[in-house]
Amino acid sequence: MQAKKSRSPTASKLVKVPTGIKGFDDIMMGGLPGGRSTLVAGGAGSGKTMFGMEFIVHGATEFNEPGIYVSFEENIDDLKKNFASMNFDLTRLIDEKKIIIDHVFIERNMIEETGEYDLEALFIRLGYEIDSIGAKRVALDTIEVLFSGLTNHAVIRAEILRLFRWLKDRGVTTIVTGERGQFTLTRYGLEEYIADCVILLDNRIDNELSTRRLRIIKYRGSSHGTGEYPFLIGKAGITIFPITSIRTDYKMSMQTVSTGMPIMDEMLDGKGYFKGSTVLVSGTAGTGKTSLGAHFVDAACRRGEKCLYISLEENQGQVVRNMRSIGINLQQWIDKGRLKFHVARPAMHGIEMHLLMMEDEANRFKPQNILIDPITDFTMVGGGREVKSMLIRLIDLFKARGITIMMTELIRGDIRVEKPETYISSLIDTWILLRNFEYGGERCRGLTILKSRGMAHSNQIREFVMSSDGIKLLSPYIGPEGVFMGSIKLSQEAKDNARILNIKREIQHKHDMLEEKMLEYEAKMLAVKTQQKVEESDLKKGLAMAEQDLQILLGDREQLSRERKMKAQRP
Amino acid sequence: MAKENGVSEYLLRIYVAGETEKSKHAVRNLRKFCEEYMDCKYEIEIVDLMKHPQLAAGDQIFAIPTVVRKLPTPVKKLIGDLSATKKYWWAWTLSIELIGTDNNGRIGHSKIWW
Repeated sequence: MQAKKSRSPTASKLVKVPTGIKGFDDIMMGGLPGGRSTLVAGGAGSGKTMFGMEFIVHGATEFNEPGIYVSFEENIDDLKKNFASMNFDLTRLIDEKKIIIDHVFIERNMIEETGEYDLEALFIRLGYEIDSIGAKRVALDTIEVLFSGLTNHAVIRAEILRLFRWLKDRGVTTIVTGERGQFTLTRYGLEEYIADCVILLDNRIDNELSTRRLRIIKYRGSSHGTGEYPFLIGKAGITIFPITSIRTDYKMSMQTVSTGMPIMDEMLDGKGYFKGSTVLVSGTAGTGKTSLGAHFVDAACRRGEKCLYISLEENQGQVVRNMRSIGINLQQWIDKGRLKFHVARPAMHGIEMHLLMMEDEANRFKPQNILIDPITDFTMVGGGREVKSMLIRLIDLFKARGITIMMTELIRGDIRVEKPETYISSLIDTWILLRNFEYGGERCRGLTILKSRGMAHSNQIREFVMSSDGIKLLSPYIGPEGVFMGSIKLSQEAKDNARILNIKREIQHKHDMLEEKMLEYEAKMLAVKTQQKVEESDLKKGLAMAEQDLQILLGDREQLSRERKMKAQRP
Repeated sequence: MAKENGVSEYLLRIYVAGETEKSKHAVRNLRKFCEEYMDCKYEIEIVDLMKHPQLAAGDQIFAIPTVVRKLPTPVKKLIGDLSATKKYWWAWTLSIELIGTDNNGRIGHSKIWW
């Protein structure tokens, strides 16, 4: 071999080579073993080719490591076309000598074997390519085609083993893909030759939905994440979702954000929700969960923040139209780029896929607020435990970014149980319960705050009324006869009002009576006084006359006596 | 390389790696076959991939030695050093006109296409 041999990394420390595949390097604690071969095994359509190609392309574009992609199946044009949809411009990378794609075409019906041979030509070909661009990475997809294309398997086995040793000697990091066998990891037992690192890709059907999963079967000389990691192949390639990559050491904010309803803010210690907290709105059908959510969204956009509306039932137009009826104009926020809808049908994907897509959307839009309406629909595609696990990750993921999350949840049956369908109440910071109350042939909506961590909140049940200018929270009627809402409250209030009016009237009446009586007495007193005066004057008159008479009488007697005295003296 | 003057009907290219005994053996076998059995004009090209590694991809060579029948089309490939080769097997593989006895023991030229 004319190629100069670059030594593999020293034995003292394992060098890790990042793949650039989202999430994968985290669970690999850095990446693939440098200068060694890694087997990526999986069934048809499990994403092996994607894995290999991402490794090569990310290496060339992000880590300045040129790479060789040896395709034993697809031809170069097909690969270029297939990866163009992922914005991998293979043609440009080839022109820039950052990657080489080599299609090793083995067509059974064109080939005959006779006598002894080896695969030296493959080594020469690969060696030449590695030298021409200084490649550090190689992907062989899938070398097993040699087994189906050639009959002398003993030779192929020996040669493949030699190839892996040779690649190791050259110090290139290699990904070898292999088709999954019935009882073995790969159909032709490639795992026997690759001792350093084995990764299994799997595409399983659960609940009629396929979910891709990845597992690290072995990684010699390194610790790695264990368990199965769901992954998504989307527009941005493979995204692996390891729970271990979620940070739980995030800082919590003391800041609060308005609920969009002044009375509601008042109920929450006069502040609102904590920024970056998780709010769950549970309610039976038609209790106004979405409307409450719309207020949250509207308030967020009003503050100038961005909000992602993840709708699992209604589409964008429907929500915008419906919310207009309660006086909330969401369209303006969409137009201003503050509100984005992510409409997903629950049955469209597996539960993990939903999580990945939501994360993907959040990564791109970078909202400060997220509304998920409703989370209950996830139970359609996953069991309670799966949904809970997904929601835990979702909450952690968004909390770590300081995103305020509101989730709505449809609850059924006896709401007194207060048992949410998805059992996530322990993860929730603020839990609002909306329920229907039935009174006298009428349903009323009531809102309670079941809990709100870290703040003093109201324990009162408020009546929840939706009007053309938004949600109104009314105080219920609280009286000696009980707590009433709705029209019962109104009638109770009317009854009370009538009683008050009656009493008021009575008081007025008494007032009037009093006044009348007073006037009456006054009049009577006037009459008595007049009579008194009359009688007084009459009596006085009589008295005067009597005295006069007396005087007169007394005057007559004197005169008489005087006259008598005069007569008697003369005789 | 042409055995005779004129346009060759057959173009056979043999890929080897280095001037090893194995390579020489394969080339010898090919020459011998052609001289013995081929009645028409043919051409043999020898490509040493050690010297011209860039040529391996063009003819989709991954094993050594490989004989590629470039002409007539369609292209056919023989992998191996041609040691374990019998006459008819050769003919079958390369669909070459052979001189000698055919299956029925008749002498003359027989074109074998099966």
